[in-house]
Amino acid sequence: MEAQASQFMAENPEHAPARRRPAEADSATYDREHRGTVGEVRSEVPRMRCTAVNVHYGDKHAIRDVSLDVGKNEVLAMIGPSGCGKSTFLRCLNRMNDTVVGCRVSGEILLDGKDIMAPDVDVVPLRARVGMVFQKPNPFPKSIFENVAFGPRIHGLAQSQAELEEIVVSSLQKANLWGEVKDRLAHPGTGLSGGQQQRLCIARAIAIQPEVILMDEPCSALDPISTAKIEQLIDELRRNYSICIVTHSMQQAARVSQRTAYFHLGDLIEVGETDRIFVKPQHQLTEDYITGRFG
Amino acid sequence: MSEPSQPVRDSFARVEAGMKRRRAAERRFRFFGKCAVGLGLGFLVILFVSIVGNGYSAFWQTRITLEVTIDEASIDPSGVRDPAVLQAADYGALIKQSMRELFPDVSGRRNRIALYGLVSNGASFDLRDRILADPSLIGTTISLSVAADDDVDMLMKGHIDRGAPEADRRIKDNQLAWIEKLEADDRIGSAFNLDFFSNGDSREPELAGIRGALMGSIYTLFVTLGLSFPLAVAAAVYLEEFAPKNRWTDLIEVNINNLAAVPSIVFGLLGLAVFINFFTLPRSAPIVGGLVLTLMTLPTIIIASRAALKSVPPSIREGALGVGASPMQAVMYHVLPLALPGMLTGTIIGMAQALGETAPLLMIGMVAFIADVPAGVFDPATALPVQIYLWADSPERAYVEKTSAAIIVLLLFLAAMNALAVLLRRRFERRW
Ligand SMILES: Nc1ncnc2c1ncn2[C@@H]1O[C@H](COP(=O)(O)OP(=O)(O)OP(=O)(O)O)[C@@H](O)[C@H]1O
Ligand SMILES: [Mg+2]
Repeated sequence: MEAQASQFMAENPEHAPARRRPAEADSATYDREHRGTVGEVRSEVPRMRCTAVNVHYGDKHAIRDVSLDVGKNEVLAMIGPSGCGKSTFLRCLNRMNDTVVGCRVSGEILLDGKDIMAPDVDVVPLRARVGMVFQKPNPFPKSIFENVAFGPRIHGLAQSQAELEEIVVSSLQKANLWGEVKDRLAHPGTGLSGGQQQRLCIARAIAIQPEVILMDEPCSALDPISTAKIEQLIDELRRNYSICIVTHSMQQAARVSQRTAYFHLGDLIEVGETDRIFVKPQHQLTEDYITGRFG
Repeated sequence: MSEPSQPVRDSFARVEAGMKRRRAAERRFRFFGKCAVGLGLGFLVILFVSIVGNGYSAFWQTRITLEVTIDEASIDPSGVRDPAVLQAADYGALIKQSMRELFPDVSGRRNRIALYGLVSNGASFDLRDRILADPSLIGTTISLSVAADDDVDMLMKGHIDRGAPEADRRIKDNQLAWIEKLEADDRIGSAFNLDFFSNGDSREPELAGIRGALMGSIYTLFVTLGLSFPLAVAAAVYLEEFAPKNRWTDLIEVNINNLAAVPSIVFGLLGLAVFINFFTLPRSAPIVGGLVLTLMTLPTIIIASRAALKSVPPSIREGALGVGASPMQAVMYHVLPLALPGMLTGTIIGMAQALGETAPLLMIGMVAFIADVPAGVFDPATALPVQIYLWADSPERAYVEKTSAAIIVLLLFLAAMNALAVLLRRRFERRW
């Protein structure tokens, strides 16, 4: 199916779907009043369920009334033009927006049926369950080993030094970084190349074995080979975890995800099975975006 | 212009033409920079040359060698060697006796007093200490090197003109003759001035030392550092990392900034009112000095520490929080180590300020004349800058070089402190 979607895009860049919307729905004249998400926002086996989520940065309404599920053992891809709120929405899922001054989040976000937005929820264990890889690689200015070992250590995941080393090594291996850094684990993580740093951050995130992993453009600084390895990793992780991935690469979304959500100016325009979205987008904006007409 | 290639050539030529101006501006800027650095270095050299030139001689002292016969009858008539008796005996008489033996033809009370004036009053204490340490010397004749009087010292160092009319000289003609005799006998010479480093202040310039003030400064700074660094770091971390941003924290921030600009003497008054009058802590004590200087340096260190914390990229905090670190863990493991070098820089600036501060110490009595070397933070003491001020204010010629010497000690202390800070910073930076 994945192959089918990308093949479709390669062969039919000018493809016109059966149901075309009127021209007024074009991005330039997009009518903000007629919002509402096209497609099925709910999943049959949800891991996370968001309902009517709104995010404000001061006066700016960055996310409007978004409802969306992240299924179990599912990779959910979020696509959309720059500045449409993908990162903002992603950061709601582990309450990273709490740390942003002037950012207000409202709505309901359930993780395994429990509301993580409740005031009495402790964000520390929440973030251990919902891990995150940021858009810009941000390794700690410490050794490569320390970068990965930090999470397991503060959560007490390892009983002994040997166990900790095992976690570090396996995390680095999964992130496809082990071969490059095995001889210099004591060197600073900031001394790695951009792509290596990003893989270090992925290793750091998976070292605490979260249930949900949020990835904000994890491959934007990687070469095709590393990207393929990361995508393979994502596919493996899907067996046990749920993954939300923000990406600007339609091919990547088509390759790794089961469901795709398209955001536009803070609205969730369309959600659906990845294969369906790329073959038969229902909304004009989605179609324009994935056929490369704008964005 | 009509040709398509023309504008390209044109803009290239324009860039070329502009380059000359840009390069000239660059050169000019560098030249000014070099001038500024050169000027700064020049003044620094002048400062050092004048201070060291004035002060180095204070590290040397003129000493006179005397043959002192320790007459048992005069210091321990009973012969019991009772320390109390030895302690109270009149050693000055022995010194005078030996001086008379050196110059047997000096007669008359006035002349004798002038003769005795060649050696320091401290000579008898030196002799007493020798005897107390080794009573078996009683009854023998020992060769004793004693400090010369400060006027003799000045004469030997060339600060008194031997050719000047007698009335303009503090060393009279007869004294000059005796000194020349001593020189001929090779009994007068120069030695390293240990007294300067082991004595407290004194009314006699040749006995005055820096130790009291140095220890006072060390104790004071110890108290200041011990209080202000942890307090300031805790305050900065709380305000920067944990406190909500609202009107109250804004108000606190404004007040901290204002506090940094308050003249230091006001802190002295505050210390006098609060620590001495209300809490009845001892006057002139390093503990009070340290408390007052803590108040003064706190805002400096808080501001520097907050700036250091601000400069830590937020992505580091996000990274730590993103793997589930609590805010305190994120700060302790990642933010604080990154900010620590900046905090140390702020601390060293604050401590340097505190070390050089005089005004608030005047208010709390650390300007009193204190001859004893303090043994703790509750003993009366002065501090180095106050000592410099006191000596600079003294009329005797010998205090001029003492003042410069004290400045040298102060600067060396400062340099040592800075070196320590650099060393610490290196250590913290190497940890990553
Ligand atoms: N800290 C902030 N303060 C104010 N506005 C913000 C902040 N972060 C994001 N925004 C705004 O919210 C909107 C959504 O930003 P967001 O970072 O989520 O976009 P994005 O979809 O991730 O874009 P990109 O693909 O470029 O990463 C943007 O208009 C942005 O300007
Ligand atoms: Mg983004």
